[in-house]
Amino acid sequence: MSYLYAAYVATWAIHIAYLGYLLRRYGRLRTEIEDLKKKR
Amino acid sequence: MKRAFPILAVLTAVLLSYGLYGALIVAPTEKTMGDVQRIFYYHVPSAWTAFTLFFLNLAASIVYLIRRNPKADALAFAAAEVGVVFCTVVLVTGPIWARPVWGIWWTWDLRLTLTLVLWLIYVSYLMLRRFSTSGQTPMMAAVLAVFGALDVPLVYFSIWFFRTQHPQPVIGGGGSIDPRMLHVLLINWAAFSCFAVLVCWSRYHLEVLSREVEETQALESLLEAGNSR
Repeated sequence: MSYLYAAYVATWAIHIAYLGYLLRRYGRLRTEIEDLKKKR
Repeated sequence: MKRAFPILAVLTAVLLSYGLYGALIVAPTEKTMGDVQRIFYYHVPSAWTAFTLFFLNLAASIVYLIRRNPKADALAFAAAEVGVVFCTVVLVTGPIWARPVWGIWWTWDLRLTLTLVLWLIYVSYLMLRRFSTSGQTPMMAAVLAVFGALDVPLVYFSIWFFRTQHPQPVIGGGGSIDPRMLHVLLINWAAFSCFAVLVCWSRYHLEVLSREVEETQALESLLEAGNSR
């Protein structure tokens, strides 16, 4: 059973890590957009 | 897509939950391998989803090569990145399944090796996009995508035409599967496909937005330089 749980946990760890990466990139982009708006 | 996004997100959550329930509870235990065989319900749908995303990358790359449409290029990039994530899942869950069943984590079997090569091709594609500063990068990436996609059918059909350590296909190719197992497999495939659509759309949107921001920043810099003269 431990191999089964390891596989399921690994799957979701990979997907969650990628979603976290996307969220961080969205956050950075939002800051850049705010900066551009302030400049104008 | 903006309106459909929350509906698809709810549908994905429901399908993923039901898929997990089906994989752990509903699906019967396989006689030879036991419970570890349930890795199949995540491993196989992830592989199919990765293949679909690589084909989407191929289609978008061909559209880019013909029409030079930047949106097609952004879609190709998004599909490749999400495809690599799913392919990583396949390469991680495969050895976790192989260890208790074959007694080894990895073997240089044709299908396993071709899957690793496929992953490496698309990682190279992403590296090219990330580190190349040439204006020709989208075109070079599109050409690489066309050649890279040739590996997808090789991976898929490797177990049909060659004797490999990897099990034979469960659907087609003379394989048979318990209907309850097939049901859970298809539910998980639908769940992962919906999840891939959501993530791919988000990545595409992020790519388009970041390109717009880069263009605006470049324009602002030019205006500032012009004003300072």
